[in-house]
Amino acid sequence: MNKATRKAGAPYSFLAPALILFVLFLAAPIVYAAYLSLRRTKVTGLGLGAGSRHEVWAGLSNYARSLTDPDFLPSVLRVGAYGMIVVPTMLGVALLMALLLDAGRTRVGTFARTAIFLPYAVPAVVASLLWGFLYLPRVSPINDLLTGIGMTPPDLLSGSWVLYAVANIAVWGGTGFNMIVLYTALRAIPTDLFEAARLDGASDVQIAWRIKIPIVLPSLIMTFVFSLIATLQVFAEPMTLRPLTNTISTTWTPLMKVYRDAFIRNDIYAAAATSVVIALATFVLSFGFLKLVGNRAFNQED
Amino acid sequence: MSVSTVLPVVPATASSEAPAQAHRGNRRISPAATVLLLLGALYCLFPVLWVLIASSKSAGELFSTFTLAPSGHLFDNISDLSHYRDGLYWRWMVNTALYAGVGATASTLVSAMAGYALAKYTFPGKRFVFNLILAGVLVPGVILAIPQYLLLAKVGMTNTYWSVLLPSMITPYGIYLCRIFAAAAIPTEVLEAARIDGAGDWRTFGTVALPMMRAGLVTVFLFQFVAIWNNFMLPYIMLGDDRLYPLTVGLNGLLNQGANQPSMYIAVVTGALLSIIPLIALFLGLQRYWRVDLGAGAVKA
Repeated sequence: MNKATRKAGAPYSFLAPALILFVLFLAAPIVYAAYLSLRRTKVTGLGLGAGSRHEVWAGLSNYARSLTDPDFLPSVLRVGAYGMIVVPTMLGVALLMALLLDAGRTRVGTFARTAIFLPYAVPAVVASLLWGFLYLPRVSPINDLLTGIGMTPPDLLSGSWVLYAVANIAVWGGTGFNMIVLYTALRAIPTDLFEAARLDGASDVQIAWRIKIPIVLPSLIMTFVFSLIATLQVFAEPMTLRPLTNTISTTWTPLMKVYRDAFIRNDIYAAAATSVVIALATFVLSFGFLKLVGNRAFNQED
Repeated sequence: MSVSTVLPVVPATASSEAPAQAHRGNRRISPAATVLLLLGALYCLFPVLWVLIASSKSAGELFSTFTLAPSGHLFDNISDLSHYRDGLYWRWMVNTALYAGVGATASTLVSAMAGYALAKYTFPGKRFVFNLILAGVLVPGVILAIPQYLLLAKVGMTNTYWSVLLPSMITPYGIYLCRIFAAAAIPTEVLEAARIDGAGDWRTFGTVALPMMRAGLVTVFLFQFVAIWNNFMLPYIMLGDDRLYPLTVGLNGLLNQGANQPSMYIAVVTGALLSIIPLIALFLGLQRYWRVDLGAGAVKA
């Protein structure tokens, strides 16, 4: 295109609203959180009156305090375990369902695809609410079933089960979306790529492993990264289950700890430090993973 | 620019599916595949089925009768919920529609403009802006909520509609998608022709580029609409006045009341049912737009 005859400012004016919003609601909060994480309140005199509290530089003391908080490490480990359950289960089921749909050897494809995608339209709060009730011993139909055959049903909201109970909600809510992403990628594979293999007698499973999965690997990698990011910020599910059980503490996940520090303890400095740590960890994990697999999905340049 | 060589990403519509379906689906039926898919469907539908049944029970029946035994109190429950604090529940519904509708419309337009500029113009700083957007995609949005709250508190904007709407208007992922859609759907020659006909940059964008990107923009709109509709943490942090709540925060509050007052549980269950109906309707109606190719960028090579 002939650039010289176009107004030089045009691309910038198209970008202006996005950049202004980006700076105000993405860049500024990050910078502000980083700034707050290095500050603290200093109380002078008796701590009474408006002039007695000042903000001063705190060095890295907020980080030290937040990382050594006895509630911090358990919440990180809990989310780590939660992620190890949720991400492989969710993506494994999503991939299996997408492959089954793509193989086209069933008449229930459209119905199953719609039904499995449906939970995507259910907010995490409502999903947690529905499952939360279904976990209650007096409501759970599985309890009725197990009692019926003479077994003692587990209390799904007790300490040893609650992690799986929350993980199930995330798997339920996220599988359908990932399935659609993978299914879309599978549909884009030209049929002749595996038609020859089929004529040579390859089974559907062999075609899936040797041809289809390698081709949709970039999509699989992206769904992995997005699932990882979503996992690290788990918040709505445990917050909603809290009224139904006493096994979910106020610092059950790192983000819940940030919330508690900021709004229950009014310690925005510690909250900011923990936020920065979570953001960095997310960044390192997702970038590190992308580097590890040598993925160029995000780096296309014209 | 060589963008026109890129990507099979234009969201395909129903018409392109038919021949592929015939080609792929004309083989033996596999019972194993059918059973697995039906199991998956059952798992996904079960809680939705349960909430439909549970909303038809009276407060006493919720915990006493068999879980899957329906009763006849659905309309009583809806009426009770509607009378709760002068129809507060319906106000939450309207608020949610407002946040999601306005927020998604604005963010789609903002993303379309930015994506178009990144795909179809060459200008100094383009690479930097694009990398900035990519970094933004990987920033967990929820981490931002507390600093956003603190900044908006400084200018006295927390606890207003704006405090939820404004942060919802920027979505780096939407910009990323729009850039792909613009690159794939708008041939550079068409823009060139519009320019020769004397159309300015804005006119070309509005009358040529936007219509060509339409299918992609619907996808971005739906994405953002669902994301805002389902969002919990941002409004939970920003809002104190329960008359401004969206459904997610409102239902969370009702559930907390239920812990002390179990008769509220039936209101929570009925509210949960009503809250998912609009989104499920929207989603079934526009299903053909849900085709997203996250890995599309890498197909280029």
